[in-house]
Amino acid sequence: MTLKTTFLGAAAALALTSGAALADPAIIFDLGGKFDKSFNEAAYNGAERWAKETGGSYRDVELQSDAQREQALRRFAESGFNPIVMAGFSFATALETVAKDFPDTKFAIIDMVVDAPNVRSVVFNEHEGSYLVGIAAAYAAKGDTVSFVGGMDIPLISKFACGYAQGFKAVKPEGKVIVNMTGTTPSAWNDPVKGGELTRAQIADGSEVVFAAAGGTGLGVLQTAADEGILSIGVDSNQNYLQPGSVLTSMVKRVDNAVYDAFMQGENLETGFFAMGLANDGVGAAMDEYNAALITPEMKAAMDDATAKIISGEVVVHDYMSDESCPAY
Amino acid sequence: MNKMPKWADAVLIPLISILLAFFFSGLVIWAIGKDPVVAIKTMVQGAFGSTSGISYTLYYATNFIFTGLAVAVAYHARLFNIGGEGQAMLGGLGVTLVCLAIPWPHWTLALPAAMIGGALFGAGWAFIPAWLQAKRGSHIVITTIMFNYIGAALLGYLLTKVLKVKGSMLTESARFPEGAHLPNFSEIFAPIGINFSPNAPANMAFFVALLCTFAFWILIWKTRLGYEIRAYGQSETAAKYAGIAPARIVIIAMLISGALAGLMAINNVMGEAERLIDNAVEGAGFIGIAVALMGRNHPIGILLASILFGFLYQGGAELSFWESIPRELVVVIQALVIMFTGALDNMVRMPLEKLFVALNRKKEA
Amino acid sequence: MSVQTDTGRQATAAPTASAAPAIELRGISKAFGPVQANKDISISVAKGSIHGIIGENGAGKSTLMSILYGFYKADAGHILINGQEVHIADSQEAISAGIGMVFQHFKLVENFTVLENVILGAEDGGLLKPSLAKARKLLKQLSDEYELSVDPDALIEDLSVGHQQRVEILKALYRQADILILDEPTGVLTPAEADHLFRILKGLKEQGKTIILITHKLREIMEITDTVSVMRRGEMTATVKTHETSPEQLAELMVGRKVLLRVDKKPATPGKPVVEVENLRVIDEQGVERLKGISLEVREGEILGICGVAGNGQTELLEVLGGYVNGTGTVRMNGEEIDLSGKHSNGQTRRARGIAHVPEDRHDEGLILEFQAWENMVFGYHHAPEYQKNALLMDNAGIKAMTQASMDKFDVRPPNPKLEAKSFSGGNQQKIVLAREIERNPDLLLVGQPTRGVDIGAIEFIHQQIVALRDEGKAILLVSVELDEILSLSDRIVVMFDGQIMGERLPAETNEGELGLMMAGITDTNTNGEKAQ
Repeated sequence: MTLKTTFLGAAAALALTSGAALADPAIIFDLGGKFDKSFNEAAYNGAERWAKETGGSYRDVELQSDAQREQALRRFAESGFNPIVMAGFSFATALETVAKDFPDTKFAIIDMVVDAPNVRSVVFNEHEGSYLVGIAAAYAAKGDTVSFVGGMDIPLISKFACGYAQGFKAVKPEGKVIVNMTGTTPSAWNDPVKGGELTRAQIADGSEVVFAAAGGTGLGVLQTAADEGILSIGVDSNQNYLQPGSVLTSMVKRVDNAVYDAFMQGENLETGFFAMGLANDGVGAAMDEYNAALITPEMKAAMDDATAKIISGEVVVHDYMSDESCPAY
Repeated sequence: MNKMPKWADAVLIPLISILLAFFFSGLVIWAIGKDPVVAIKTMVQGAFGSTSGISYTLYYATNFIFTGLAVAVAYHARLFNIGGEGQAMLGGLGVTLVCLAIPWPHWTLALPAAMIGGALFGAGWAFIPAWLQAKRGSHIVITTIMFNYIGAALLGYLLTKVLKVKGSMLTESARFPEGAHLPNFSEIFAPIGINFSPNAPANMAFFVALLCTFAFWILIWKTRLGYEIRAYGQSETAAKYAGIAPARIVIIAMLISGALAGLMAINNVMGEAERLIDNAVEGAGFIGIAVALMGRNHPIGILLASILFGFLYQGGAELSFWESIPRELVVVIQALVIMFTGALDNMVRMPLEKLFVALNRKKEA
Repeated sequence: MSVQTDTGRQATAAPTASAAPAIELRGISKAFGPVQANKDISISVAKGSIHGIIGENGAGKSTLMSILYGFYKADAGHILINGQEVHIADSQEAISAGIGMVFQHFKLVENFTVLENVILGAEDGGLLKPSLAKARKLLKQLSDEYELSVDPDALIEDLSVGHQQRVEILKALYRQADILILDEPTGVLTPAEADHLFRILKGLKEQGKTIILITHKLREIMEITDTVSVMRRGEMTATVKTHETSPEQLAELMVGRKVLLRVDKKPATPGKPVVEVENLRVIDEQGVERLKGISLEVREGEILGICGVAGNGQTELLEVLGGYVNGTGTVRMNGEEIDLSGKHSNGQTRRARGIAHVPEDRHDEGLILEFQAWENMVFGYHHAPEYQKNALLMDNAGIKAMTQASMDKFDVRPPNPKLEAKSFSGGNQQKIVLAREIERNPDLLLVGQPTRGVDIGAIEFIHQQIVALRDEGKAILLVSVELDEILSLSDRIVVMFDGQIMGERLPAETNEGELGLMMAGITDTNTNGEKAQ
């Protein structure tokens, strides 16, 4: 860091008392931290992309505790940052109160809907993307068993699992999807050892492809899958490069795009509800040089076909969170 | 042998330790290319420079007072209660169940009920390790640590499966009714003309904590039970000789300890979040150990140490908000303070004692 | 390091007066803060002699020896070994200067063998085997020469205290010590073991070793030393040839005034039994039977002394009567049976029945060292109604006033109720315990080791208090490992061995020799010992 940023920091510290407006955007990362190789990092990449392209500057903060959510939001809003982007659904409660107090500030929350006139709620149709990778898994597996390792046991993760199972069963209706969650506490997002153990257990039960939607825990899943010689599927960011030749694809969730878009729009951020799905490139299956050899033409064809049908509405993937149940398992 | 005057032990040593900690923290900040002076200023300004800052500082301090007292009660009976974290978690559950049980008409009714709920659940969670220690000799350090994990798992289960609002992705309970809202500092002080930031979390629980601090002092130094707790803590064989039943003291001291830890929930759960969230305790149970250690297990010391740690939390947050100092570094600074004030006590004490001995001799000569 | 001892060579070199002293201290001073522990101490010990250092607790004996062994650094003064000045900064340097130390509390690894303990810290190289072999050879040689026989392969924890002490001596000899310092070596030994130790020491002396014996027992000084130094309040008050002095003179030098070594008391006039014990048994937590059916009674106005080597059940007898160890059998207090199962009784209910208890170990039981004197003054009686202010609070102010009065009456110094117990000397600590127990006017006083670690001056006072209580018609059960004390205080004596009573004697009709045999478990009732001198 240069002297200049130090100076800017000092200026910001002064600004908080003087209340001068800075029209820079800001982003608040969730407890996982911005280099989690997954969700937060995707958000960080979006912000960085914006900074590089526009030459602008933005402020970011990683939280230490839950009590800081509202505090950070409020402090940023008070100091005139606009818009303020929150990476993660956990900010919802804090945002509900803060948004009211700062009607002139625009907020964007990812993965959650907060109903306020100055809030942009960005959610992803993870079930659609998961459906696609489920199809890929069905084609890649010789037998009829695949598996899923989730992070913390919350509806959002069941949404991934349910979409995945639906996609798989669309190809192999009699097949079996083993679903395991790592835990019920936030530490389940960062337990690669347990992720590896679950994967090993699933392999013992016949799984040939494992889909990890588990943050840092997923790194252990991918590693174990590579070690044990089965295929894995990454999540959020494109994780194909992590274990080249073993990661079948990644269910990318373009959180970076969501952040980038919000930053681009700046103070004039369009508020309201935005669903990012297959149709608007919000989710998808990552294809690159690392997994090219694993994608067979017929697999690709089936995935393209499903993409088209979902966009057209011909196929509707059930969203677990709509009724907290899943028809596929 | 009186090596050092009491004031030096109580004031000078912690002060020098804190200064040392800040000196080394400054070095760390300087090493990553930031200005330590600006950083310290940001921390102090952020923690004490505004009513909002003060409110956050005291909010954190309230948590630490409860857990610090909890650790100290057990420590007087020479029991190392590492389970403050789990007991505070369960206290949160107790408070939540009470607050959600009926639509409370007013906080003056809700608070006493919630206190009972929090204290009972916290004490209950401490009872099992206490019983195992008293009757089966299972080491309390091990059992209380394990009970932290069990508590976290139990709460995780309840929050995801039972208490969670249907359809919500948040692992948290429903919001408490309006009548269970504890007045915050802004509401408390407005009638007497002091304007506190309306959006900061310090609340009525702070005064409950002060009350508990006073009650702690009475209990330990003025009552028969406190006498027996201290006697047992100093020497189990002597306690037996005096007819003090060790098992009884172990269990009672741990129940009080757990109740105090559980009471913390009226601050973080009832006062701040107004709902039960996952991992609501956020390490306050462990900070309580450092607080008790630094406060020499004395209520005044615990109060001061709690405010210091409140400052570190709030100042640390400001540091990461405004100085782009990574949060890991904020943790490093907090750890340095704990290390210097708690663990490295003797490093400061020894030279200081020598200094005083030398001074005394000069005076005599 | 060579393990070849030069004892053989030295055996021929008889000590001569002209040779430089084995060890000489000149002007040693050491202060801890305001306390001057050693003040200008000078001694000279001739090669091949036994030198005693005697003094009350806190006189500075241990500090002096710690300086010699490198634990403390003297503020001033010089140490000369064989005429050469040495600087001893740590125990390693003390060892290489030829000094060996046998501490009061042994520094042995319990679950190591004798051999392993002997070489510990003095191994040659990384492999143990050659060191062990060498040590074994040396051990055999030493045990032949000095009656220092110990099984080299036994585990320390399986050895008796006397044998453990021999291992400590062997350790020092293995390290080629020419000067051996023993700190209160007989405190834990039976009379027979002590005699054996003295034989060993005499043997070592004949081989040219120099021995410094630190003790507070006048009898030992008289029996074995050649010269003796007396310390008082950090100063060396006198150094005399042992055969030119007397116990009375030494005691006076130690205390600084005339001391009555014998207890002055009237004949007892026993009344009705206060406590009757029948077939009392105690099994400890390890399942070992510690009391194997004890029956005795103590009457009003008498002192029943119980002697025995430590660990033969006396402790348990006091503890079970005091109410904090459970037992079986029958105990009647003033004719009423008391519960021994622990279900309906504890230390507090016993006190309510008129049983007061001065425990053997005042540091671990009788006092809370971190508590202030006033808090200790109600310890065990803190439930008594007169010490409560109301249902919730204790009457701290009242207790402090009561403590002040008791401290004045029992001459506790300094008479400050707010001083922590650990700040008092051993004698004053014991007076606090005694004041607490006696002032409650008990029917039965259990007293364990009343004068252990207590200065001679305070011993006199404590003995007087116990006799005075007896003369008031109270029953007193006295346990002590000091035969002198048992013989001079008791009206009747019971000897315990291995949890059983070996027999009863009247003090006027027995002597230390007979009691010593009984304490060792040898009963030959046909051969009566000589009459007490």
